Amino acid sequence: MVYRSHVLICNGTGCTASKAPELMARLEKELAAKGIEKEVKIVKTGCFGLCEKGPILVIYPEGATYCHVTPDDIEEIVNEHLVKGRIVKRLLLGDKDAEDVAKSLDNVEFFSRQYRIALRNCGVINPEVIDEYIAKDGYAALAKALTEMTPQQVIDEIKKSGLRGRGGGGFSTGMKWQFAAKEVNDQKYVCCNADEGDPGAFMDRSILEGDPHTLIEAMAIAGYAIGSNQGYIYVRAEYPIAVQRLNIAIEQAREYGLLGKNIFDTDFSFDLEIRLGAGAFVCGEETALMTSIEGHRGEPRTRPPFPAVKGLWEKPTILNNVETYANIPVILLKGADWFNTIGTEKSKGTKVFAIGGKINNTGLVEIPMGTTLREVIYDIGGGIPKGKKFKAAQTGGPSGGCIPASHIDTPIDYDNLIALGSMMGSGGLIVMDEDNCMVDIAKFFLEFTVDESCGKCPPCRIGTKRMYEILERITSGKGEEGDIEKLETLAESIKQGALCGLGQTAPNPVLSTIKYFRDEYEAHVKEHRCPSGVCKAMLKYTIISDKCKGCSLCSKKCPVSAISGEIKKPYLIDQSKCIKCGVCMDVCKFAAIEKK
Amino acid sequence: MKSIEELKAIREKTLKEMSIRENDDKVRIVVGMATCGIAAGAKPVMSAFIDELNKRNINNVNVTMTGCIGICRLEPVAEIFDANGEKTTYVKLDAEKARRIVAEHIVNQKPVTEFTVGAAER
Repeated sequence: MVYRSHVLICNGTGCTASKAPELMARLEKELAAKGIEKEVKIVKTGCFGLCEKGPILVIYPEGATYCHVTPDDIEEIVNEHLVKGRIVKRLLLGDKDAEDVAKSLDNVEFFSRQYRIALRNCGVINPEVIDEYIAKDGYAALAKALTEMTPQQVIDEIKKSGLRGRGGGGFSTGMKWQFAAKEVNDQKYVCCNADEGDPGAFMDRSILEGDPHTLIEAMAIAGYAIGSNQGYIYVRAEYPIAVQRLNIAIEQAREYGLLGKNIFDTDFSFDLEIRLGAGAFVCGEETALMTSIEGHRGEPRTRPPFPAVKGLWEKPTILNNVETYANIPVILLKGADWFNTIGTEKSKGTKVFAIGGKINNTGLVEIPMGTTLREVIYDIGGGIPKGKKFKAAQTGGPSGGCIPASHIDTPIDYDNLIALGSMMGSGGLIVMDEDNCMVDIAKFFLEFTVDESCGKCPPCRIGTKRMYEILERITSGKGEEGDIEKLETLAESIKQGALCGLGQTAPNPVLSTIKYFRDEYEAHVKEHRCPSGVCKAMLKYTIISDKCKGCSLCSKKCPVSAISGEIKKPYLIDQSKCIKCGVCMDVCKFAAIEKK
Repeated sequence: MKSIEELKAIREKTLKEMSIRENDDKVRIVVGMATCGIAAGAKPVMSAFIDELNKRNINNVNVTMTGCIGICRLEPVAEIFDANGEKTTYVKLDAEKARRIVAEHIVNQKPVTEFTVGAAER
């Protein structure tokens, strides 16, 4: 059935939370009321990546992209756009006065600067309809691999492409597959790490929600390459929409015979199962993840033996991350040589980043490796709100480190990030401006790892806790001479002594902030002062008597009655009572209150 | 599914349905659907265009609508933009005329001169 118009509604987690399902229901109702429900097709899609502007609704053939759509806007959109053909300009994304809205989605700088491989189908197809995936060359790579290539040829192609793991360390995917393929065993496993635990990162979730079939296809290809007939997708139960769509996708693939026995009439059989994780950060570590799939408590073990030799149930296993898999079908179809043209010398292809923090366009972007941080933040991300100054960006989440403003022009790739003391990680990118205190940021990430430490090895269990205690002391104004050095010593010992990646990388946020912002640490420790005015214990609100008109507003609004004075004379804050809530500063009309 | 041919068949079929989401240079039929157009009967004209294109399995044509182009006395109006950017304006349409336009203009690439604005104004 051909429709005259397609209305795409984002149903990612972000837009679902901001009422996308209600929009769908209203749209159906309004279309029926106008009698055009047979002419207009409603398509549920995955994440467009522009979560900041959600819920997003795109109407084709015009390609008009509407943002921040509320259920009450639907009637207007149906009446104006779908009945009368007049685009509702007030809801348009980007330049609202632009004459040519026909290609608005591609014209917005947020999208035009991106290069989408892993996210190619997100926001384009309906993730719950396998036919739409097939229309976008879906399962053609699996067909090609099974009928035209030997398993070794598949591995060679992936090796040649230079694809590296997108979930953390950046190990060569082709090498990983090669190791597992070399093992001789009656049973091997293909696993997918969909246990995205890095706070602020949500690219894997978006792929699962927006294009689940790409994962199924890639895992089947991996199964063929290493000689495995069974795969497991380990996904956190906290991603209910992703799990639901994966289940639908697996069911559809089985119905079409794209999973199961004798796929494409060859000898190759492959099936998939989903395993739900409880959302522990440590289960993103490969050995802990496999232990958890086996049904045990998610704890890591020492390596070697590596999973390629002894993994799940002691059988040879490969484990790749969702984004890594999402690249596989495209590489096989377009070839390693094509993939090699994108990216930098040692980091090929693209990387998805979840940009958050102090940035205008919060969302998901896929960029070629080697794009500079400046381009990501200012051109794609739309800069920092309120014209504030960029201070640093945290990459790699709690395992990574920060990149200060002085390195903003560094091309982003695996090796450059490591050289800067950070890492790629899964691709969380948190932007910080001049108002962020770097000691506080380091404390935040460390608190996360203290919480998430599984407790198996003492360096991580006790060491990170001790580091956290020191940071807590520093940020509450009780820092002592020698604290910074103590932090550095502890950090080095934890890095060397911890059992798994979680502990080994946990001190990174502290080390990198000390490296680039040592002066801030020193201000906290030596002068008991927080230069950014974040650490409450060290803050002091005072009234500048020259500016105070004695209007008494602050004293009325102060929740603890810490401000007193006489009308028309300067007021005074009683520091012993002040809880540093900042209300006085917010309400003062004469900018007479100072925070130091 | 046992063969690549089956996969290809699904691909072709679905691609056709999804072609509307591609922003390439396609033929566009733009129907005036302002109040004047709707009052004069633009709705059945639009439906006839869609139906006829569907029947003939034509998928490289987009049917969209627009507001009032200012010649309300000649409504229903539809304009066809060919791939090379040429524009033909058809006026005083009805469902039957719409079907003939698909057959002659879209399929055989011969504009139906008698329905054009030029003919109506002569």
